[in-house]
Amino acid sequence: MKKTYKIDVDCANCANKMEQAAKETAGVKDATVNFMMLKMIVEFEEGQEPKTVMKEVLKNCKKVEDDCEIFL
Amino acid sequence: MTKKQKKMLARILVAAVLMIGLHFVPVSGAARFLLYMIPYLTVGYDILLKAWKGIRNRQVFDECFLMAVATVGAIALALYEQSGDYTEAIAVMLFYQIGELFQSYAVGKSRRNISELMDIRPDYANIETDGTLTRVDPDEVETGSVIVVQPGEKVPIDGIVVEGNSTLNTSALTGESVPRDAKAGDEIISGCINLTGVLKIQTTKEFGESTVSKILDLVENASSRKSRSEEFISRFARIYTPAVCYAALALAFLPPLVRFLALGLSPDFGTWVYRALTFLVISCPCALVISIPLSFFAGIGGASNAGVLVKGSNYLETLSQTKIVVFDKTGTLTRGVFEVIGIHHNQMEEEQLLEYAALAESASSHPISKSIQKAYGKELDRSRVTEIREISGNGVTARVDGHEVAAGNDKLMDHLGISCIPCHSVGTIIHLAIDGRYAGHIVISDVVKPHSAEAIRALKAAGIRKTVMLSGDIRKVAEKVAEELGLDEVYSELLPADKVEKVEELIGTKKEKEKLAFVGDGINDAPVLGRADIGIAMGAMGSDAAIEAADVVLMDDDPLKIAKAIRISRKCLGIVYQNIVFAIGIKLICLALGAVGLANMWLAIFADVGVMVIAVLNAVRALFVKNL
Repeated sequence: MKKTYKIDVDCANCANKMEQAAKETAGVKDATVNFMMLKMIVEFEEGQEPKTVMKEVLKNCKKVEDDCEIFL
Repeated sequence: MTKKQKKMLARILVAAVLMIGLHFVPVSGAARFLLYMIPYLTVGYDILLKAWKGIRNRQVFDECFLMAVATVGAIALALYEQSGDYTEAIAVMLFYQIGELFQSYAVGKSRRNISELMDIRPDYANIETDGTLTRVDPDEVETGSVIVVQPGEKVPIDGIVVEGNSTLNTSALTGESVPRDAKAGDEIISGCINLTGVLKIQTTKEFGESTVSKILDLVENASSRKSRSEEFISRFARIYTPAVCYAALALAFLPPLVRFLALGLSPDFGTWVYRALTFLVISCPCALVISIPLSFFAGIGGASNAGVLVKGSNYLETLSQTKIVVFDKTGTLTRGVFEVIGIHHNQMEEEQLLEYAALAESASSHPISKSIQKAYGKELDRSRVTEIREISGNGVTARVDGHEVAAGNDKLMDHLGISCIPCHSVGTIIHLAIDGRYAGHIVISDVVKPHSAEAIRALKAAGIRKTVMLSGDIRKVAEKVAEELGLDEVYSELLPADKVEKVEELIGTKKEKEKLAFVGDGINDAPVLGRADIGIAMGAMGSDAAIEAADVVLMDDDPLKIAKAIRISRKCLGIVYQNIVFAIGIKLICLALGAVGLANMWLAIFADVGVMVIAVLNAVRALFVKNL
């Protein structure tokens, strides 16, 4: 399952780091951050609940880039 | 400017004024240090904070860390050397923040610019209830309802015109500026702007399924498919920042140690630490990281404004490397409609011959018959025709005004025992016999699009090495079209499956770096579109299949747009490479200068912020594609 979230982040490198962090989160199959459109597209693994996974994703993103936001 | 940006601007201004003001205040010692800390912290507190958080989260190497170390280091150095020169640290922070502000402003601005270019999203739909119009969200309109579009409004949802006459501006979709007519019964696609009259439209789709939604979705998601250059840059940035940090560390300590231990000189820590700090300032990767996606985004935006939808940055990249273009014939290079192009050996007036043929064929809906009826152009009086017999694959015989008329191919004439004159023209030949006597033949052919030949020339001019045409049509016809248009190779009498095979064969024989593009109308060549390195579908207005199957979609069916799309992609990729070479090049030069002590902090700031500003401005250039 794929879902798109709106994000807010200031620099492109930070967006890359968010992408990396999201990809490495458990339950996430793949993630893409589109810095230009300020969007994050997350593909979840089978049987994962997006809401709980996204909480982890946000936590991990905050770790790599404090000044970011994902609008869940 | 957003609130965040305004706040940043205020901080920058205050810090700048304070810094200049302090220049004229004659204080020294601790008081001087404390006074200078005011502008420094004003402009840089968030960077220090972020750097600290980064360290706590074990994400040490980022720009904030570089900046924090560089400026704190510079201040420490000034304290250690008791020079009292804190300006440099403040200036570095100040310019870094100016750069960040500019970047965020420029990105925001181009984000808005590009969205405006693609501003085809309708905000509302009008529904008529009891004679009054109410505005509703297009999402709420059910399929089959009737909506009203007034002059100047956008058509919000695909549908069929039930009432009214008007002209439509389709330029937002196709890049074509000539308006299109619409009248009752016409299909109409969303995203056009109604120019002259009121139209009542019965919707055939939901808003989410309408052309305009699909296009917006496609373009907005295009930059999510990353190109190889983008992947390269993010990988580069991941390795580069830590590498530079270690290099700076080495620069700060190794040379002094060598001097002290091996050469017996004074270690001169101050100089080397300063050089290491310069190193850190130069090294910020932001110029690269921002300008590459921005170039692609601008390129995709510019292309969509010209009626060329590119589904991803990666496709833009592939398109720019295209060296071989393979075309489908019917519907791509030719119009896909048959027309009478000649009448030969006629024993009577052409007009009369056509009349007989049209009447004899009047019951048939075959494209060939249709084209004869169309060429005749007048109303057909069916009561004049009797005894119509269709001989499948051969033609028809009928009695027209009491005369025995036979219209069909050579086989029909053979069958009837009438000797016919073979034709040298290329196309489908319809022989006509009246009362058992040969009366001449009609040549029918698919006509090439007006811009096809020019399009092939434009492709050659754009550096396409080979143009190939694949066709299901008979050899003679295909070869004539190919010759007329100046194509290099032609393969005819192919079934759809053969086309895939042919494309695979062509892919197998080309060089690895050359990309092969297939251009089709997207209706029956989806497998080939998928198999080619890049699939280009044309005339996609309203055709979902084409939008699904292709990587690049030309909104109208003008083949000239293929060359334009390639030129747009080349320009965009050119900018991408310029930025990569420019940014990495300047940084490496400055790093080298910094290491040997020829670059001071000011040059370092240019290498960081200046390069970024130039790269961003260059990236935005990709948006301008009008005159390509």
